[in-house]
This record gives sequence, structure tokens and C-alpha cells, in this order.
Amino acid sequence: MSLERRLQHAFTELAKQNHEQPNSSTVVKAIAGQSGKSIQSRRTFLANSLAASGGLALAISLRGNKVVSAKEATISAGQDGFSPNAFIDITADAGVKVFALHDEMGQGTHTGLAIFVCEELEIDPSEVRVEHAPADGRYNHAAFGVQMTGGSTSMTTAGEVMRKAAATAREMLISAAAERWSVDRTKCRAEDGHIHNTESGQKLGYSELASNAAQLEVPKDVALKAPKDFTRIGKPTHRVDSASKVRGTALFSFDRKVDGMLTAMVERSPYFGGQLERFDDSAAKKVPGVRAVVEVDSGVAVVADGYWSALKGRRALDIQWSPGRGAMLDSRELRSQYHDMAKRKARTVESEGDCEQSLANHETLHASYEVPFQAHAPMEPLSCLVTLRDDGGADLVTGSQFLGVDRMLVAAKLQVDQEKVSIENSYLGGGFGRRANPKSDFLVEAVDVALAAKKAGVTAPIKTVWSREDDIRGGWYRPMYVNAMSASFKDGKLDAWRHRVVGQSPIRGTLFEPVIVVDGLDTWAVEGATKLPYHISNKLVELQTVTLPVPVQWWRSVGHSNSAFAKESFLDECAEKLGRDPLELRQELLRDHPRLLRVLNTAAEQAHWKQPLPEGMGRGISVHESFQSFSAHVVEASVEDGKPKIHRIVIAIDCGPTVNPDQVIAQMEGAANFALSATLEGEITFKNGQVEQSNFDDFRVVRMHEAPKIEVHIVDSRDPMGGIGEVGVPGVASAVCSALHDATGKRVRRLPIGDQLS
Amino acid sequence: MQITFELNGQRTSVEVEPDRPLLWVLREDLGLTGTKFGCGRALCGACTLHVDGEATRACAFPIKYAEGTAITTIENLESDPLGKAVVDAWIEKDVVQCGWCQPGQCMSAAALLKEVASPDDSAIDAAMSGNLCRCGTYPRIREAIKVAAANVKEEQL
Repeated sequence: MSLERRLQHAFTELAKQNHEQPNSSTVVKAIAGQSGKSIQSRRTFLANSLAASGGLALAISLRGNKVVSAKEATISAGQDGFSPNAFIDITADAGVKVFALHDEMGQGTHTGLAIFVCEELEIDPSEVRVEHAPADGRYNHAAFGVQMTGGSTSMTTAGEVMRKAAATAREMLISAAAERWSVDRTKCRAEDGHIHNTESGQKLGYSELASNAAQLEVPKDVALKAPKDFTRIGKPTHRVDSASKVRGTALFSFDRKVDGMLTAMVERSPYFGGQLERFDDSAAKKVPGVRAVVEVDSGVAVVADGYWSALKGRRALDIQWSPGRGAMLDSRELRSQYHDMAKRKARTVESEGDCEQSLANHETLHASYEVPFQAHAPMEPLSCLVTLRDDGGADLVTGSQFLGVDRMLVAAKLQVDQEKVSIENSYLGGGFGRRANPKSDFLVEAVDVALAAKKAGVTAPIKTVWSREDDIRGGWYRPMYVNAMSASFKDGKLDAWRHRVVGQSPIRGTLFEPVIVVDGLDTWAVEGATKLPYHISNKLVELQTVTLPVPVQWWRSVGHSNSAFAKESFLDECAEKLGRDPLELRQELLRDHPRLLRVLNTAAEQAHWKQPLPEGMGRGISVHESFQSFSAHVVEASVEDGKPKIHRIVIAIDCGPTVNPDQVIAQMEGAANFALSATLEGEITFKNGQVEQSNFDDFRVVRMHEAPKIEVHIVDSRDPMGGIGEVGVPGVASAVCSALHDATGKRVRRLPIGDQLS
Repeated sequence: MQITFELNGQRTSVEVEPDRPLLWVLREDLGLTGTKFGCGRALCGACTLHVDGEATRACAFPIKYAEGTAITTIENLESDPLGKAVVDAWIEKDVVQCGWCQPGQCMSAAALLKEVASPDDSAIDAAMSGNLCRCGTYPRIREAIKVAAANVKEEQL
């Protein structure tokens, strides 16, 4: 079963359980029990989910298979409101409101979802308001069956749902207008946010028709526009959130507040897995503004009037920790241990031909590539506001990619039904995977703080906030990996390719383990290494899973950020060994992969690959498939004062048909700089069991003066649509290192590059 | 301690602890959340605002130093034609992604344009390298600054 299918299956099971209001342990059991079964196609799965739950997408209009009026179906519309389904709300006052089932963390999803709606509703995206949907099963991911945003899947999966919702609204508005004018529906047409009477020339705004439309039955089947008639999907569209974000009026989790709210900060163990031995809070309690100091599962929480008093109170704590297993963490030792492990055979994930025999009988090349732990470091630090309810439940306000899972885990923490937990989402000041925590760490902890404070007599709503230091040292990193690469050469051609990955599994120990981990192997840790597109007869992918006390999770592009660096860098080394041009070798080996070949050639042409560069400059190229999209990068770089200088990155992307080409460009630009941070300077390291970095001075992120010129070329494509949010990350590091090798003759095989070239 | 200053053109008095950073007084006491928190140590620029016209990091600016100053936050940037040009250019170029750093970016850009009417790339590098963007919107920030500069120049002609 493919990984995608297994994931869909996992979430389907989660959704079913979700519907039955389980606690988290039954969820895990349910997935485990189901994981061996076969999975239906995505389409069948959707249909079945609708039938089974009666709670997905448009099905909310169908209560017990009986068509109800929009008025009855609606739960969100205000007075005179019109809500034909969970996604659209039209009122006289506020106009058209779109409830986004996916969150906006920068990737342009709210704009993309608005484009889908506006295409069918015939209104300009600037005329609608897009809001985050609250935690609610009606907003489950259309393919995964649980409410979440991730895997670069929002545009590929939500289009039909949003368009159908909008087309339903459109048809009802047309009916309402036809009734108002006493004309046949065929004489009415939707355009520019109005229903037009094609005979009389009259027109009525959607807001004016809302209360009439609300009285109508929700039509079961509505026709969607044919792609040839699209006027918005695929056209560059301004972001719906630009103005409010620039003006500072957009609300993020950290900005949210309620009356009487207090602020909490948690002092967590400086050692992963460390235990609280004892603490003295007498000095902390004397800090003005501190209301309570309470012990929680993750450490000691200081509850105070605001951030400053919480921070000062926390600094005044005297805590003794017992380090536990985390005390042994030391990056230098870890590296040497990983490299030792990489020398030995690991478990086979994928095999084709006889790799070992070819390696034993022909000339070989071996190289190891290494990437460190990486923090997500979203610009907005984490926060979660919790108001405990009298019924044992809680109301949360946060910014999360994972509302469906969060609601389950928060309910489990509170030991209540999910119905007693509400979660309101906000704009996410960056996510990159961190806010899709498999254990809902920052939400569950905030609930823990509120519960402990309540026991201590503080019943006010509490927002638990993270400092930057908390974020950088707080774990949930992209795992560190070592890749041992081997190739053999026969008759001047690559004959065998072995890619051995050593590292932690981000999935083990989470509720996804039974699904993503197949026969003990974390398929995400090797994605991008498996399904090698290069035409080589003998291939072998191996995985050595390491267990460490460092909490790890997905980081923008997940396994690809490691595997593509090793795969593409090593292919360059093979090209050098063969005396071949790295572009030409790729062209030859990708002859059966037209989409990869197309982006490769586009990037090479646009970057004038064959044209000589000035003295001291070098060029590197990479090509990679991830998230059903295809990208190629050409980097131009040099070394100045011992430091890499990246001058230009030329990118070609084929993500199939685009929804908003300008945001495809934006994602590729942004991902290039995000990946560059991890390539040049960014890393998390350990010494004496503790994280060495703490803030943006030692966890370095690319700044304006280091950011290169970036050109993005979208390849016109009618192939299936792929993702875009993560696709731009994997190809950057290897292209940078190859360019630097071209410039200096030195190979960098360990990220970040840091001062390795000085 | 009572501190009095001019905030976005309004005389404002607050009764606060003197060492508390201006950032938290704005965000928690005065309800102005457009100025963002990113690092707490003047390393990322998310909290950039203007104190007497100069780009300043509010997270490391004790409120006691605000006494007698004139402070402009993102909420009032557009009252100045140059500030408005910056905001307009940011919207036109769709600079934002997650958006958390962008009010600070705009405040730094506006301060730059006050000093240098038509900044070149190195002037932009110098003025903007204190403002981090984890989403990596730097190419568009650079472009938007140039657009804003051009628009201001055109208006003045």
C-alpha cells in the first residue's frame, strides 16, 4: 500500500473515531487494528466517508438523508444570514464569508480556497472575507478525513469541496432572484457578486438576496464550471490577507486575548526526558505581577499578569532537574556514532536488481552526507489561550495546523468528550510543520497549565506563551541524518546505487506509528531516497532507525530535505567520476521521466547552463520530485572571505495546473530562502545534554544581505496537480554545494556549510 | 512609574514598571498588537517601530526611555505619505506570506526611505538585514521598497 494511501487510511480511521468521540487510546488501537486492511481509492473513500459520517463537507446539509433548508442546515449564519453549507456564509451586513478548512500560515491557502469559491460564485476574491474554520468535523481534510493542514495538499484536495459549496450557493442565489423578479431561472445569471436579470437588466447583490435564499431547499446536485470557462483559477490573484497583515490588524494566536486573561510561561527541562526533582518558587512569587507558580507535566509554570512578569518570575525560579537519558546527548559523539552505524548493513526498504553484487564486482564510489537537527523557528512563537469551562471542557484559541488531532488530544487530557472542547484558529505566524504536532504539545501543555492553576485557585483564562529560547530549545526538530551513499560503475555507466539512511523516526511513538511505520520502517524517513527516478539497474535503499530522547517531527518537506541533499549531491560526484556534465548525466538517466526532464531542461536553459561564469563563480544543479510536484534548481555561488555567497537561484517548477501562479512563485522563492538557512548556517546541536542554540544569534536564519536573486519559471502543465508549499525546499542544499564545488573544487558533505570553506 | 509620550500622534500616559519593554506595554496595556514579538533580544526586527523617527526594536526598549518621545507604530504608519507608499507597495507586490514579520519590515523600510529616497541594493541590505523573515520573502521586500521609492518620487515631481 502506498504511503499516501496509508496516510489517508489513518486519517479515515481517525475521523471515524472522531465521530464516535473516543479518547486518544482508542484512536491508537483503532488505527493499529485497521492498518493491515486494504484501502479504497481517494474518491471511494470520500464517498464512503460522506455516507458513514454524514459530517463531511457538503453533507452537512443532508440530515438523515433528508434535504433540509439552508436555514436549518446553518449553524453559523447570523440573522438574515444565508449559509448553504459549512463553507459559505452570506449576510446583509458582512457580505460573503468563506470558512477555510485549511489554515493560513503563509502558503497562500486562504487565497487559493477563496479563488475556488469565487470561481463558482462569480465574485472577486477581494470582495470576500476568509476566516479560519473552528475545530469541527465538517472541516476535515477532504482526503485525510481529519481536520489538518499539511503535506502540501490543500489545493490538490479542497478544490472540489470548495467549488461545490460555492456552486450550491450560486444556484440558490439565482433561484432567490428568479423568485423575486418572478422570472425563469434561465433568465438569471451570476456575475461580479450580483445576480443579473438578463431580460430587464436589473441586478441584485448577493447580500440583498441572502435572506430569500436562506428559505430555499439546498439543491443536491449542482453543476460545476468547466475548466475552459475558468476566469479565476489559474490566474495571478492578489492575496486576501495582504492588507491586514501589512497593517498589523490581522490577528495571530499571540495577539488574541479575552477579558481577565493571564499569561503563563513554562520552564521546561533543559534535558530532553529530564525530570523535575525539586523547585523553590519563593523568589518567583515575589516578582510583581506573578499570580501563581504551579507544577505541570512539562515543568514549572509561572502564571502572571503579562509576558514581562511571567518571564521575570520564571527567571527567579530555582529548579533542580534530573537529566535522565538526555544527559548523554552530544552532537560530536552522535555524529561519530551515526557514521559508524552507516558503515554497517541496515534494513532493506526497497531493492531492485542486485546492488551488493554490482558493488562487489565493479569500480565503486562511496560518500557520506550529513544533516543536523533543524528547528522550525516560525517567526511567531507558539501560544495557546485556554478558558476552562464549568462542564469540565475548555475553549481554546491558538494557531495550529492540526485542529482535528488537537481536539482529540485536548479532550483526552481533560477526560471529556470532544464536544466539550472548542478550538478557534488564528493566522499562523509560520508553521513549517511545527504547529502540526503529533502530540499537540503546546495545546495540551496550555491546558495542563490552566488545570494546575485552577487547582491553585487561579481560574482566569490563561494564555501560555513561548519565548524564542523556548522555541529553539523546545525540541520537535527535523531529525539529524547520516546518509551513506555507494555507487558502482560498469562500462562507463552507473550500474548500482545504494542509499543508506541513519536517523530517528519522526513517527515512532505517535498515533501515526501504526500507519506510517511499515514493518518497523518509517517510510517518511526515506521518502525521496526511495522511488529513485534515475535509470540505474541495481538499486537499494536501507534504513537504520536510531532511538534518542530528542523529540522530532516533520519539518517542511519532511524526509525529502535530507534525502534530496544526499541523492543529488552524490549524483554530482558520480558525474565527476564519470567525467560527465551533471546536467547531461541527469538528462540521460531521467529519460523515462518526462516531468522531471522538463523542469531540469527549463531550469538549465533559463540559467544558461552552458554559458561560462566569471572567475570564482560556480554553478550547481538539482532535480527532485516531492509532493507530486517536480522542481529543478540551478544555483550560482562563490566563496567570499571563506563564506559561501549565493548570487542567484533559477527554479523551474511543474506542479500541474496552478490555482494562483503568483503564489506558486512566492512559495518557491520563500522555500529557497528557508532551505538556504538550513544549508548555510542553521543547525541545532547538543553539548552536555543541552541544546547549544537559543535565539536568532546562534540559530542563524538567512537575512536580507544573504538572500540571493531568485527566478521562478512555472512549466505549463496539464498533468495532475501537485503540492507547492514544501516542494521548493529539497533541491536547494545540493545545488548550493555543487555550485560551491564548481567554484572551489571543495565538496561539502555536511550541512550546514558554516565555515567549512574558510 | 508614570511615563508620558506621544503615541501615534496622541499624548499617552502609562503607569508601569520602568524596565518593562515598550513592546509589551503596547501589546498588553494599549491594545496595539501590530507590533510583533519574535525574539525578545532585538535580533529579529519583528517589533520594529519608530521612536522619534528612528527604527527601534521595541522588545529591548525599556518603557522608561519612552518618556517625552514620539512613537509611531504600524497602526499609524499610513498617516505619513511615505509610510503609506510603503504599505501600498507591500500590498501591491503581495510581499506577505505568514505576515508576522511584515509590520516590522515596513517600519524599517519607511525609516530607510526617510534617509535615502532611492535606496540601491546595498542600502537596502544595510537597512533591512536586522529584520528576519522565516518565510523568505526577501526578494519581494526588496522589490516593494523600490516600488515605494519610485512612487514617492513620482508624487513629488
